[in-house]
Amino acid sequence: MPGSIRGCAWVGGTDVARPSGIGVVRRSLALGTFRRLLRHRAFVIGAVLLGAMVLMALLAPWLGTGDPNKMAVRMRFQPPSMDHLLGTDNLGRSMLSRVVFGAQLSLMIGLWVVLLNAVFGVLLGALAGYFSRLDGPLMRLADALMAFPSVLLAIGIAAALGPSTSTVVIALAVVYIPRTARILRASVLVVRELDYVQSARVAGASHWHILFRHILPNSMSPLIVQLSFVFAYAVLSEAVLGFLGLGAPPTQPSWGILIAEGRGYIREAWWLTFMPGAAIAVTVLGVNLLGDGLRDVLDPRLKIEQG
Amino acid sequence: MGDPILRVRGLTSTFRTDAGVFPAVDDVSFDVAPGEVLGIVGESGSGKSVTALSILGLLPDPPGRVASGSIRFEGREIVGLPRKALQALRGPSIGMVFQEPMTSLNPVFRVGDQIMETIRAHEAISKADARKRAISLMDRVGIAAPERRLDDFPHQLSGGMRQRVMIAIALACSPRLLLADEPTTALDVTIQAQLLDLLRDIQRDTGMAVVIITHNMGVIAEFADRVLVMYAGRVAEQGAVDTVFTHPRHPYTVGLLRSTPRLDRDEARLTTIPGVLPQLSDTMPGCRFAPRCARRTDVCVLSKPPLLDVGAGQQAACFHWDAQQPGGAS
Amino acid sequence: MRQGVGLPAMMAYFIKRLVQCIPLLLLVSLLSFGLIKLVPGDPAVVMGGTNATAAEIAVIRSNLGLDRPLHVQILSFYGNLAQGDLGRSLMLGQPVKDAILERLPATAWMALYSMVLTLLVGLAIGVLAALYHNTWIDQGAMTVALLGVSVPNFWLGLVLILVFSVHLGWLPTGGYVEPSTDLLGWLRSATLPAVSLALLQIGLLARITRSAMLEVLRQDYIRTARAKGLSELAVIGKHAMANVAIPVVTVVGLIFSVLLSGSIIVETVFSVPGMGALLGNAILRRDYPMIQGGLLFVATALMLLNILVDVAYAWFDPRVRVGGGH
Repeated sequence: MPGSIRGCAWVGGTDVARPSGIGVVRRSLALGTFRRLLRHRAFVIGAVLLGAMVLMALLAPWLGTGDPNKMAVRMRFQPPSMDHLLGTDNLGRSMLSRVVFGAQLSLMIGLWVVLLNAVFGVLLGALAGYFSRLDGPLMRLADALMAFPSVLLAIGIAAALGPSTSTVVIALAVVYIPRTARILRASVLVVRELDYVQSARVAGASHWHILFRHILPNSMSPLIVQLSFVFAYAVLSEAVLGFLGLGAPPTQPSWGILIAEGRGYIREAWWLTFMPGAAIAVTVLGVNLLGDGLRDVLDPRLKIEQG
Repeated sequence: MGDPILRVRGLTSTFRTDAGVFPAVDDVSFDVAPGEVLGIVGESGSGKSVTALSILGLLPDPPGRVASGSIRFEGREIVGLPRKALQALRGPSIGMVFQEPMTSLNPVFRVGDQIMETIRAHEAISKADARKRAISLMDRVGIAAPERRLDDFPHQLSGGMRQRVMIAIALACSPRLLLADEPTTALDVTIQAQLLDLLRDIQRDTGMAVVIITHNMGVIAEFADRVLVMYAGRVAEQGAVDTVFTHPRHPYTVGLLRSTPRLDRDEARLTTIPGVLPQLSDTMPGCRFAPRCARRTDVCVLSKPPLLDVGAGQQAACFHWDAQQPGGAS
Repeated sequence: MRQGVGLPAMMAYFIKRLVQCIPLLLLVSLLSFGLIKLVPGDPAVVMGGTNATAAEIAVIRSNLGLDRPLHVQILSFYGNLAQGDLGRSLMLGQPVKDAILERLPATAWMALYSMVLTLLVGLAIGVLAALYHNTWIDQGAMTVALLGVSVPNFWLGLVLILVFSVHLGWLPTGGYVEPSTDLLGWLRSATLPAVSLALLQIGLLARITRSAMLEVLRQDYIRTARAKGLSELAVIGKHAMANVAIPVVTVVGLIFSVLLSGSIIVETVFSVPGMGALLGNAILRRDYPMIQGGLLFVATALMLLNILVDVAYAWFDPRVRVGGGH
């Protein structure tokens, strides 16, 4: 009842009003989506938060926060003040500087995990969705991997592979690729049955052509939303792995490692643990808001409720 | 005629949309006498369902609400009743049957429990007695083997059976007024006929008043005593079914009757009314049917036609109700 | 309202799901076994540490069976598994199974506490957010839920220690008390870790509950319930909640998974002698048999839990039960 009410039972004759312009140009579809995103409050807030963090990481060397590794033993354990915005640690190093530079490693790990997911998750999901003979075994493997709690599995893999940044990336990627693959597979299964895909097949297009030109571009929405959540998860889990000492050795620490370092001094210097965690929280909050916005605009089907 | 059991005056119910607040039901007035069957007919979007929901205070709020007007049930004003009083009214005084039997029953509770729940909500009665009442109700609405069906879940019943259960629920506390919103629309034609017979039967037995909402003129002809024709949220015409059907005065009613397919006439083409329903947000000062009306004049576009007496208890909202030419048909 | 279900039918379904799980279980165990193969280089060397002599490393290697051909290793792995032997922890010097069973109660109690908190708070927040849709209550609740999902739980644990132990002194910093010896003491020592664990889950549950509730409230049968003249409490508390339970139940399995993941760090931070801490230490010390056995145990436990969740789902949604529906 809200919105337009159109009686369709008694339409006839020549003076019937026709809706204008049914065909929508594809170009303006993308533009329209972008505009809707910009109007979505959660998306904007999330983008701002995340953007700030990314900028901070990118511009770290030029932000004038000082050398993160520069020790100044006389300035140990300074609480947050105007001189040291986030305080100093047990070796007198500036926490502000360490957190800012820590962003580089943490965000980069997140980005790598997302990239790996985008490539392998999509590939495996597309293969599983499109070629039904591959579907069974691939999904079995995915189920087996998903049977382990995600962080636990990541920890296990990272522990086995030995501590390094690439270990962390691989472990986190492996844990989430099955989920991404599943999501893409679901989209592919639907798009595969659409009429224009069928007609392309009849016209003799090769499988790869169909996959890349037709199916994948239309399975993007849930994928984009999923990738945003993968990023959030990656940053959070990187913190866990770093905290447990499974990441890179701390020449340039990530946020997780910073928290681990600060833990021992929690009574004397609370800011050592608090600051890096707050940075993680702000980043992940931003990503989650962004992801919510993306989901609301790109794929309202994923969102069960309506406004 | 004594006091009407339901007296609606100037009912206006609005909905909030992105474009603003608009009336889905605009200044609607009618009476229902005790024991009478009133049919409300109109196409989708005419506001007929909203009218029924407004009576029981069941409009989804937001975005809908009863903006103004008076609804008197047995002499008592029920617009703006506090919630508890309204709840006491629903069931024992006024029952309602909805259009979609597939989704109107709670899927996780047994059918018998849903009937019993109604009874026990309004009467102090033991579970065993409620169960007996439920069985007899199910029997009354024509469900075979009610003792066994009592424990079924809704998904185990067919659409027609579910609607019978809905009717049983609506009748459970012996209401004096039944609102039936397109009760048979979603069902097969044969089931439709059965259910209408059932409703008529029950109505004769209990003597309760019925407001039946439909877009099917045939249902009105068979079942109703009086008819209310609605168009775009307003009353177009009302009166006894016989008089309105034989002497329709409002051009919309004329068009409706003409466009109903007939078996006794040979029609190469079905007659239609040109044009489309106005949108909810199309506010116009005059008659809302004017854009589609062959009798249209300036006065129709400029001012809203009131409900005028056209004789024999019939009323039509048209300045040109006595025009000799046909209205609204091509 | 009576929703009685045939017990034998439920048991049959449970058994059927168990059997269906067997191939998955095989795959999972294979993956666990394969974990040690991931180690670059020689696992025996890694486990021995930097100061181990060649003799010590050789001992480790033969204890782990790493010097035998692959198929023999796999066979003996499964052979041991069939006997319930999960291997032997080199660091602790005891069978993995025993170590796990010792530590399991602490984790189980913590999980229970956390689960209760999650259900009570998460459901309440979700329902309130849905009932007061689009008001500040809704926005506030969803913000809190979002924060819960965005915060690293171990960091939260540390912050909670900071506030409630160091600063306010209300609750102990660490140290775990057995519930059987001192229930109140256990509650005090278990509260901070349980809350740290619960916050993430509360966030998840609140969001899902809100979505489900909003969807349910839009349904026709809610309108019917109101048209019957039922009190609002009955409409929401009975009719709505019974249907909200369905999607919520599907999430419970996920929540358990998150809980198990989270406990590994939270137990470390709060010095709770549970399975999580056991695994955490095993990882730090590269105690591969322990890691393997622990992972396998956890994955199996999760699978069983998920089967139970599936069975519960059928109880909540009669449409899913065998023999229903037209």
